Amino acid sequence: MRHTLLFVVVAVMAALVGCSPQAESGGGAAVNGSAKTQQQTQIGIVFDTGGLGDKSFNDSAWRGMQRAEQEFGFKVLKVESKAESDYPSNLSALADQGCKVVVAVGINMRPALQQVAPQYPDVKFVSIDGEPIEGSPNVRTIQFKEEEGSFLVGYLAGLVTKTGKIGFVGGQELPLIHKFQYGYMAGAKTANPAVTILPAKYTGSWDNQDTAKVAANVLFGEGADIVYHAAGRAGLGVIAAAKEKGLFAIGVDSDQDDIAPGHVLTSMIKRVDEGVYLTLKDFSENKWTPGAVIYDLKADGVGTTDFRNTKEKIGDENVAKLEQVKAKLESGEIKPPTTEKAYGEFLSGAQK
Amino acid sequence: MVEVLFASTVTLTAPLLLAALGGLTSERSGVMNIGLEGKLLVAAWATGFVGAASQNPLLGLLAGICLAVAMSLLHLLLTQTFRIDHIVSGMGINALSIGGTSFASKGLGDRSQSVAGVFFPVWMYWILAAAAVLALALALDRTRGGLRLLAVGHDPDKSRQSGVDVGAVRLRALLATGLLCGLGGALIVTNATSFTDGMTGGRGYIALAALILGGWRPLPTLVACSVFGFVMALQLQLQGSELAGAAVPSQLWGALPYLVTLVALVGFLGKSQPPAGLGRP
Repeated sequence: MRHTLLFVVVAVMAALVGCSPQAESGGGAAVNGSAKTQQQTQIGIVFDTGGLGDKSFNDSAWRGMQRAEQEFGFKVLKVESKAESDYPSNLSALADQGCKVVVAVGINMRPALQQVAPQYPDVKFVSIDGEPIEGSPNVRTIQFKEEEGSFLVGYLAGLVTKTGKIGFVGGQELPLIHKFQYGYMAGAKTANPAVTILPAKYTGSWDNQDTAKVAANVLFGEGADIVYHAAGRAGLGVIAAAKEKGLFAIGVDSDQDDIAPGHVLTSMIKRVDEGVYLTLKDFSENKWTPGAVIYDLKADGVGTTDFRNTKEKIGDENVAKLEQVKAKLESGEIKPPTTEKAYGEFLSGAQK
Repeated sequence: MVEVLFASTVTLTAPLLLAALGGLTSERSGVMNIGLEGKLLVAAWATGFVGAASQNPLLGLLAGICLAVAMSLLHLLLTQTFRIDHIVSGMGINALSIGGTSFASKGLGDRSQSVAGVFFPVWMYWILAAAAVLALALALDRTRGGLRLLAVGHDPDKSRQSGVDVGAVRLRALLATGLLCGLGGALIVTNATSFTDGMTGGRGYIALAALILGGWRPLPTLVACSVFGFVMALQLQLQGSELAGAAVPSQLWGALPYLVTLVALVGFLGKSQPPAGLGRP
């Protein structure tokens, strides 16, 4: 009995390490200031299974939280999710602890949000990615035009490729990831109709770097010299493969250019941080609204990096071409496809 | 295409094989070990972290092995001294490792990620894995130590009566488990070049399936691991190509390695004989 108890204690400790909300101390003055008179407003964030340290999506959301923490003096609670089944309990745990705003990172948290949000009408929920949730007056959905940013990096890949072949590695095959894939493909074909786009590889998970690396090596082995990834943390394997082969990867979500300098052509930046920050800013200024808020290329919600490590390999001429296409995307002259069907229509439209 | 397929197969098989062999030494001594996943994970983290902090590949590898051995000895302590159920202890070790590495990789700063680690080349691990298969295949049936291991795993009580120190045999077996899982975890982080949360992605469990499929024998376990590695590599290669004129969804390709493992398990399990003393004190 004693030993069973010992084990239970060990197991509970292990579980707690995994998922207890860790309070982050409030920024700067709030910590040092002994005259902390008023109660800080608490806000919370639930990371998806990709988790902090993905150098990508979750990290970007976290940067937005930290910025809001410093500027508006919020007290920030964060929870990481070990499995998708943890989402509902993690969301309600933060709401129960008195968070006024709870940010749910990632499209897969949507079903959990649908279930939890109505139970806490006084708490404001923020969903990143996905369609807005009908009839939820306390949920704001932040959406990005990933296809516009992906079109840009695809266009660049089409200009830069020497072998005339490029590839794509995705995580789980979801409609969201198709926006990356088909936007990228359309961009490449617009830059260079003769470019061959190898069949996309999906690793089936967001955390298996080995698999993503092998997938990238398959594409490089088939003659691709540029591979774009939308595979979260697993995508680091794509960058590792590019570095080993001396070829190019294209990063995603966060600025991944410095992970392997000179081997990351650019990164398709999705300003999740900006979206989170602006939403919290709205909240602090009492301008919070439910429904969808869309961040596109024009609003700097998506875009590329400044090519600081690869400028010489890209060339000024290509950078100038990219600027022209960017203007066309911003004006709406080019509408990148988001699905396989739309991609087919895009190509047949381009031929006319 | 063939070279890529071969290289991919070796890349995906080697960590699996090291973990499966680690499971083999443990289970052959009668200690059930479902904690392979956790040991791989702590080794991957320690190798990544120390490899980056010290910029010394040897220190990184040693740290990985030491932590995996420590986890292995914890399992020995819990199951042999405290007589906790082997499955429960294994689960506890996995939970502790997942939570612990996740916490440590953030609590100690993301050093293992922001600084590139310095690692031994992957082929060194491939050679070690191959050597381990051969050594185990030869040692198990032909050396005194190997036969003792089999005897203890087969019938611990009889071994005890005939004067074999069961505890000492199991201690050595679990040290080997820690060493092999340590190498496996180090290889995983070496492949990826940096540690990320949960990066072993369930490979410890696949290794366990391969061990069962291989009937707890080194060479058949090698075959089982290779089959899984090969099918995994094959599906990544075939993804996106059409089958009989129709596009095959990537999810279906992704399920193929697991499907093959499942079918193989169901098909072979009847013939696969676990060590008779498995789980017995």
